Parts: sequence; C-alpha cells; structure tokens
Amino acid sequence: MHLAVALDGAGWHPAAWREDGAQPRRLFTGGYWSELAQQAERGLLDFLTIEDGLNLQSDDHFRADPRTDRVRGRLDAVLIAARTAPATRHIGFVPTVITAYTEPFHVSKAIATLDYVSSGRAGVRVQVGARADTAAHFGRRESPPLRRDRLDDPGVRRQIAENFDEAADYVEVLRRLWDSWEDDAEIRDVATGRFIDRDKLHYIDFEGRWFSVRGPSITPRPPQGQPVVAALGHGGVPYRLIARSADIGFVTPRDRAHAAEIVADIRAEQASAGRAGQAVHVFGDVVVFLDESEAAAVARKQRLDDRAGTDYRSDALIYTGTAAGLADLLEDWQAAGLSGFRLRPAVLPHDLTQLTERLVPELQRRGLFRTAYEAGTLRGLLGLPRPASRYAAAVTIQGPRP
Amino acid sequence: MTKQIHLAAHFPGVNNTTVWSDPGAGSHIEFDSFRQFTQTAERGKFDFMFLAEGLRLREQNGKIYDLDVVGRPDTFTILAGLAAVTEHIGLTGTINSTFNEPYEVARQFASLDHLSGGRAAWNVVTSWDAFTGENFRRGGYLAQSDRYARARTFLATATELWDSWDGDEILADAGTGQFLSTPAPGAFRHQDAFFDIAGHFNVPRSPQGRPVIFQAGDSDEGRDFAAVSADAIFSRHSTLEAGQAFYADVKGRLPRFGRTRDELLILPAATFVLGDTDAEAAEIAREVRRAQVSPQTALMFIEQLWNTELRDFDVDGPLPAFDPVVSDTLISKGRASVRQFAKDPVALAGEWRARAEAGNLSARDVVIEVTGRQSFIGSAETIAGTINEFVQADAADGYILVPHITPGGLTPFVDQVVPLLQERGVFRADYTGATLRDHLGLKPLGRRGETIATRAAS
Repeated sequence: MHLAVALDGAGWHPAAWREDGAQPRRLFTGGYWSELAQQAERGLLDFLTIEDGLNLQSDDHFRADPRTDRVRGRLDAVLIAARTAPATRHIGFVPTVITAYTEPFHVSKAIATLDYVSSGRAGVRVQVGARADTAAHFGRRESPPLRRDRLDDPGVRRQIAENFDEAADYVEVLRRLWDSWEDDAEIRDVATGRFIDRDKLHYIDFEGRWFSVRGPSITPRPPQGQPVVAALGHGGVPYRLIARSADIGFVTPRDRAHAAEIVADIRAEQASAGRAGQAVHVFGDVVVFLDESEAAAVARKQRLDDRAGTDYRSDALIYTGTAAGLADLLEDWQAAGLSGFRLRPAVLPHDLTQLTERLVPELQRRGLFRTAYEAGTLRGLLGLPRPASRYAAAVTIQGPRP
Repeated sequence: MTKQIHLAAHFPGVNNTTVWSDPGAGSHIEFDSFRQFTQTAERGKFDFMFLAEGLRLREQNGKIYDLDVVGRPDTFTILAGLAAVTEHIGLTGTINSTFNEPYEVARQFASLDHLSGGRAAWNVVTSWDAFTGENFRRGGYLAQSDRYARARTFLATATELWDSWDGDEILADAGTGQFLSTPAPGAFRHQDAFFDIAGHFNVPRSPQGRPVIFQAGDSDEGRDFAAVSADAIFSRHSTLEAGQAFYADVKGRLPRFGRTRDELLILPAATFVLGDTDAEAAEIAREVRRAQVSPQTALMFIEQLWNTELRDFDVDGPLPAFDPVVSDTLISKGRASVRQFAKDPVALAGEWRARAEAGNLSARDVVIEVTGRQSFIGSAETIAGTINEFVQADAADGYILVPHITPGGLTPFVDQVVPLLQERGVFRADYTGATLRDHLGLKPLGRRGETIATRAAS
C-alpha cells in the first residue's frame, strides 16, 4: 500500500489553526514546512502534496469570501517543496501547480529543478484552477464566472472539458520538455570543445490550441527522467485527464463499491487513450480525524465544527475514529483496486502525527506497508520504472523549422 | 569616510567565462554544486549570491550552441532550495519581465522572501525577441521600443501587489478566532497599456516588504530605469575609469527622482585570478584566457562579429579580410552580447584588425585580447588592495565576482582575499543583520514601502 499526506495550511478543517499545538503564526516560514515533511518522512510515507491556488482561499468555491476566521494567504507550493526537500532524504514532494494561467515552459523547468534539489523525489499535481476572480489576476484570458447551479449547462460543461483538454496539453508539454535532453547529452569533450552533443537535444515543437512551445528545455533531463504527474478528479472529465496524462490519480470514493467503479472508469479511459499497459496509480483521498477512540475523534470534530460555525464537509470521505479503524477501511478499499491513499489531516500536526505514529505501525503489523524506504527516488517508491527519453531513439534533424 | 565593500558571488553562467574543461570543474546542474558555491560565499560573509537566467538555448548558424556550458536550473526553485542550506546570504535571481505575469512573479518573490527569512532579490531583465517567445504562450509580441516601458510598469505593478498587504493583517488569535484583522486582504487594481488586473494578492507581506531590486541595463533608458526603481545595479564596468564614469553618471541621476546616493548600490560583475605572486597570477590568467577561448570558441566569436558562417577558417591565421555581413538577421540567437557587435560591425572589425596588426596577433589571439581580460589579477594582497582602492575611488560600491571554475572557484578568494579586506576594516567580519537589505545597508521599508509607482509619477 502506498501512502501520501496532503498538506494545506494548518490542516484541512477551517478551525484547525485554533487548536493547541497548531502554529498559525508560522504558516509562512520554511521551518514550519520542513518540520511537517520530516514528520511525514518518519512515517515512511511515499510523498506529500502541497495545495496551492492563485487566489485567496475561500469557503465559496467560486469567489472570494469576507471571512476573517479562516486561514487566508499561502506561499507558492513549488517553492515550499524546494525549501523543504533538502531537510529530508527519502520522501517525495508533489506540489500543486495551476494550469490555466501559468506557462508550461516555466513549470517544466521548475519541477525538473525540484527533482535536482531533491535528488529524484519530485512530482507535480496539476490543477486547472480556472476561476473568474483568478482570471482577473492575470487579465489576458476570460474565464466566465462559474456557478454551482449552472454546472450542468451545456456551455459550462464544454468550458470545463476545454479546461481539462488544456491541462492535458500542458502535461504533454511538461513531459516532452523533460525528455528534450537525452540523459547523456552532456559530454564535455575537450578535444572538440563541445560541452554537449547537440544531437541529443530536441525541439519539442508542440503546437496546440492554447499554446505552442518550441523547446528544448533550458534544464537538463531531471534525475527521474520523468517526475511524477498527479491530478485530482471527481468525475468523467478529470478521470480522462488522469488516464491520458497522469501517473497518479487522486479520487474521492464514498465507499468500497464506489472505489471499484472509479478504478474501472479510469482503466477504461486508459485503454481508450492507448495507455492500458502503463502503471497509473489510483489513490483514494480521505480526510482524517484520528484519536485513541472513535468517541474522542467524533467529539473533536464536533468541537472544531462548533468553533468554525459550520459542519465540515469535503469532496472526500471524512473519517473520524482510530488508526486501527482507518487501517480496516484502507485495507477494504485497497481490495477494490486502489493502490494507495492520500490522507488529508484535519489538524496539523495532530492528525499527521497520528498517521505516522499510529496508522503506519498498524499497517506494518498487517504487512501492508513498508518498514523502511526501499528506493531513492519517488518513481522508485511508487514502483514506476525510469523511462528512456521519448526522443532517444528518434532520428534527429536539427535546425530551425522551414 | 571609508566605505564598506559589498561582495557577491555569481554562480558561473552559460558563457565562455566558465572553463568547464578544467579537471577541477564540477556540475552546473547538480544541487550540490549550488550548495557548495553558496555555502562558500556565506562562509566569506558575502552579501548575496547571484543567478542569471536564459529562457531559450542559444543558437548559432541555426544550431544549438554547444561550446559553452549549456543547461541551467529554474531560478526560483534553486534559490528556494538554497534557502534551506544557508542562513544569512542573500539570494538574487534574474527573472525576465517579458515572459512572465506580475501576479505570479510577485507571488514567487514574496514566497521566496518568506521562505528565506528576508533574503530575496530580483534582478529585473527584459527581452523582446520572438526567438525566446517561441517557448511561451505569448510568443514574440513586444516591440523592442516597448520593453523598458513594460518592464517599468511590470515592476510598478508587482510593487503594488507587494504593498497590497500592510503587514498587520494576520492576527492568528486562537482565543477570539480572528485569523485576519480585515476581510479579503491584498486588494489591488492596476490598469495601464500593458496590464489590466484586479483582485486579491494571496501572499502576506514578506519580511523585507518586497525583494531587493536589481537592474542590469546599460543604455540611457536602462540607467534611468535603475535610478527610478532599483536598489542595486549589476553593471559590467569593472575597470577604474569606466567604473567611475558609470558610477558618477548613475548616482548623478538619483536626485532627479528624489533619491539619495546611498539608496542605489553600483555592483559591477568582476572576474579574478589569484596567484601566490602577481607574476604567477598573470601567468595563470593567460592560461585561463586561452582555455576560455578555445580555437572553436574563437571561431564562434569571429562568426558572431562577421555575422556569417566561416567554413574551414584557420583561427591561428589572420582575421577575415572581408567586412562583416551587415544585416538585421543575426546568425547568433539568444545572446545579448551579440547586440554590441551588431551596432557597427564594420567599424569593430576594423578595430580588431588594427589590434592584430599592431600586436602581430592571430585571429584567436585577438579574440582572447578583446574578450578575455580578467578584472582583478594578482596576489591576494594586490587584489584586496585594488578592490578597496576602486571602491574608495567611487568606481563601485563592491563587486559581483564570477569565478571561472564551478563550484570551487570562489574558495581561494574567500580563504585569502576576504581576510585581508576584513583586516583593513572595509568588509564585515560577520553578518550583523538578518535580511539582504540589512547586508546592503539599505533602510528597512516601512509598512508599505514608498512605492516605485509613486516615485515614477513624481
């Protein structure tokens, strides 16, 4: 079983920052994130994810809200990962990037560089992130306002599908750029004066509806060759993105049967995308409130909800209970075809510590989880081979396009 | 009054300054090289380390240029990684204002400033070329004449974003349940010919308020841009005379923009060669220059000036007898220095020929002469004395050193020259402040810094 932890601010519950042990004044420091990553690494987790967004957090999914009792403000997730990776040795880093407004060329080299900084432990979680208020931060693209009650309108559905098509193009550019240098392109041949063998560098010549990118990357091929790509999905359109483009899909099953259904959907999309033979991990997302007893966990959630003034709801299942009970759930869902789980701690560091100090030993006792890190790279931890560059065997024709 | 010297270290870039063929030369991309280089600079109590940037691999004659180091990391990401393995040293990144958007760049620098505890700096550069644009959504869209206008307004817009948080919004009061003192902080609206954006910036005010701003342009327009907007200039005038002229010119522009002389530091890039004696250093310097200008590299330089491919050309013989090809289309792409050649190539070729004739020099020798001379050559005593003399004579406020070996080239300077400068009392014995602004002697910004936009308008 593979395990990841999803880090976001003070934890996923909106009142998490008010708990004893929370460090709300340190959310914007490097030390805060390094300590969390080290805690996750003590639990031998495969990787951590870091949420991000190009707007202020909001209880309203579609626009800013006026609340002053929630954590607001966040640092760039890729930079948090880079600032944190040198403080760890094994755990993978999968920061979120928004695809709707950013440049795939910049993000490709940023993730490649994160792979160098972490010696092969980088990934990226792509998120569309198209919102009217975010579009106004960039000003050069229209994103018509989305409303929850209009999500089924044909025009809205088409727009969402296009956003995900753009995300697929985006991942294609990331991947081509990572491959655009062959592994042995740097030759340092003193006799001929050549630092690189330029026949091993490749234009990617991507031309799409939303952007065209010539390449090659300015950054040599990263240690893993292809850093790991992940995406979160709740339905058919994002499942297609996961199946077409990702190494890991984060999904939100309600129960075991639902998990099996989602896995089948993704496998079917994989087959139609011609990726049936490739490993695509499907991870179940679960929000966790973990305590010594179920009653204690339920009571804690109730106390947090009272403080927040709202009952906490999530796109993912909310688990309140003991580590052993959670282990039962994960074991059951794993049998439905999930290969791992991304657990979202309701409160940091409390629920992360419960994961590493209670859940992990429980899973180890059951023979379901590693007892030591078995690989030096994130791909290695996930059992993904290091792929050759797609250009390595290609006949090379250098020079400008006609 | 005796001036205090500022020192910085430029991680060697992708040009022929770097002697990658040296047996001691290491990786230009592994994190350990950046770590070692930056920790060496921090051991020497340097103000900051500096990273250049390029967003398209260079080409010559339609092929990727392969004679220099090729390949570099993403600026922001490597600096954030370095923040984890250093404690004091400033982290200066070159970021292009043309192929980025203000919201994202402002956010990345504010994040870097938070994650480094107030050590971030931005060297603002511009470009307009369609060649680089081929890697980006926008493509090559910017008229050359607009590039400083866009850079100015880009920086002003980023500054509005940094100033959109006062710095006292986060209460994080668990007792009262107030995380924020005010709803929806970071409000901004900016409209001009280049940007039309509004909303909420989502990074709280960072330790320095904003990154320290560097500028590197040398044109009249670039100097004005720096005089209005920058905290420091990365200049190329490292000799005494040229340095003094540049220094006087730029510092003289400051009063026009309501600024004092100590609000803008002049920091030329400088190379150095250390020896046990001045004579030994001179000998090493000659060897380094020959290594920097291999026969193949010499040919590439000559082709760049003559703006044509020269097949079967012997660089140990004379320069070409014909005049350079004057054209708007250059055979070398993605290289800023070629624009110097393109200004008046025929006249410059004439100068090169005159040099060859006067010194009885081969084509390669001429290239070595015109491109390779190091700024500071000598024993540690000589170099310490020269640097101090230049700074006290207002040729600079300090230097950004570019070693020719990566990553170890800085070590002898830190071990031998820095202690001499410290003995003379002209360079810090230890860090006395926490932020890069502190190291540079720049006053801390208030809650909302005096904005660049305001200054430009006055």
